[in-house]
Amino acid sequence: MRAATRAPVGEPVSQKRPGETGSGAGNELAMRAVGHRFGELEVLADVSLRVAEREVVALVGPSGCGKSTLLEIVSGLREPAAGSVAIEGEVDPEERLRRCSYMPQRDLLFPWLPAIDNASLALRNRGARRAAARAGAAPLFERFGLAGFEWSRPAELSGGMRQRVAFLRTLLADKPVLLLDEPFGSLDTITRAEMQEWLASALGDEPRTVLLVTHDVEEALYLADRVVVLSARPGRVIRELAFEAPRGPRTHTVTDPAFAELRERALVALSEGRR
Amino acid sequence: MKSGRNRALDFFAPLAILVGLLALWELAARWELIADALSIEPFLIPAPSDVAEALWQDRDLLADNAWVTLQEVLAGFALSVVAGVAFAVGLHLSETARRAFYPLLVASQTVPIIVVAPILVVWFGFGLTPKLVIIALICFFPITVNTLDGLRSVDEDAVKMMRTLDAGRVAILRRLELPTALPFLFSGAKIAVAVAVIGAVFGEWAGSDSGLGHLMLESSAQLQTARMFAAVAVLSVFAIVLFTVLSLAERRLAWWGKNETRGAT
Repeated sequence: MRAATRAPVGEPVSQKRPGETGSGAGNELAMRAVGHRFGELEVLADVSLRVAEREVVALVGPSGCGKSTLLEIVSGLREPAAGSVAIEGEVDPEERLRRCSYMPQRDLLFPWLPAIDNASLALRNRGARRAAARAGAAPLFERFGLAGFEWSRPAELSGGMRQRVAFLRTLLADKPVLLLDEPFGSLDTITRAEMQEWLASALGDEPRTVLLVTHDVEEALYLADRVVVLSARPGRVIRELAFEAPRGPRTHTVTDPAFAELRERALVALSEGRR
Repeated sequence: MKSGRNRALDFFAPLAILVGLLALWELAARWELIADALSIEPFLIPAPSDVAEALWQDRDLLADNAWVTLQEVLAGFALSVVAGVAFAVGLHLSETARRAFYPLLVASQTVPIIVVAPILVVWFGFGLTPKLVIIALICFFPITVNTLDGLRSVDEDAVKMMRTLDAGRVAILRRLELPTALPFLFSGAKIAVAVAVIGAVFGEWAGSDSGLGHLMLESSAQLQTARMFAAVAVLSVFAIVLFTVLSLAERRLAWWGKNETRGAT
């Protein structure tokens, strides 16, 4: 579907179906009965979810349902109170950390570094020299609409541009799994729509296994192969939905009657889960 | 942008206040009616014009001694920055060290330096060493406390993000925590550089044969009050110049300011 964003409207594009996720390359990411609590507060209850290689799965749920905590657990930064998470079969948190990169809602670009050095942080952290790290990042600036902004300081970039740099930073970490935590949560509606199209085409170019957290149902349905609806705290999986038709340009897709119907079902599930 | 008028005001207002105060002082010291009423004797409080005269006439003497004091201040300050930052990083990296040493750090500031100074002179002699130790004792505190605050102000999410970007402890310190702390370090250093000048004077009072502090004591004993005030004036200029240099360096080297990694939007 991701490549389809660039394809003409209506042109069929091969797309993974939820039913196919168990087959082929096997499960990249598997959560088994994950539960978590902070003291007395139970935030996650019995979340089981499988994500196939190169599949994009979106998690939607009311605020406070433990979406971000779940991402932290998956990344290995936090151990779950119950259940387990495996990435490429590895359960050890250090091994999971090695296989994930995390994009927070706030771009968290370092103000003292130009855009290109922010994007190539992972390369530097692994011991690459500055020149080599920059050389590694430069081609991606060209490809992802950031040419000419390599030497801009984050403060000189617009919100959308900053998120692009933040996404490149996540991508350049070169991990099999990308964890995106409300990546466009801080953007205005218009920039947000623009960035959704941009991300869809970026993932078309550089397919990855993606776990995307958002509270925007439309964003979830548009970007993801599969949308998982979580209930209010303690979060548990209450519904899975997928918009299986090929995507055209965003405005075309989101106004499609089938898309609208799915959105309605997701919103109904969300409001039921809130009770 | 500031208008030209505002900028002129910014520049002339402090100057006008300084000149006004000096004029009042001159008047009080010169006009016998007021001078008698306030019992101002020239050897107690010299008029600004006397101080200016001393500045000019004793310029060689002042310059020689100022050079000695300047060396002490710069070396002592440099030592404080190195020790202060090293101490802050050490306390930051080890929770145990922070718990163990922080109270001692605060307690060290309650030690009256004036009382300790003569002991340090007994230990280290009349040379540069006791002055460096005294300056460092006074200066490292604001540097350590501010730098440590800076290191601890780092955004938790940024640390998590760095860990998923394969950063080890050293990479997090070098690429995230130290740059975040740099503006805080400058705040501490600006406080430290002003008190470093006082530290040098204390050190010289405790035992020395040259320096502006030494010259003050000597002039005071000889009732050369104008010369003593001239030495004070030179010290003030030191503090102002060093503070200004640090402010300019801060603007060039730590322009992102405090807490910029927090709340990006």
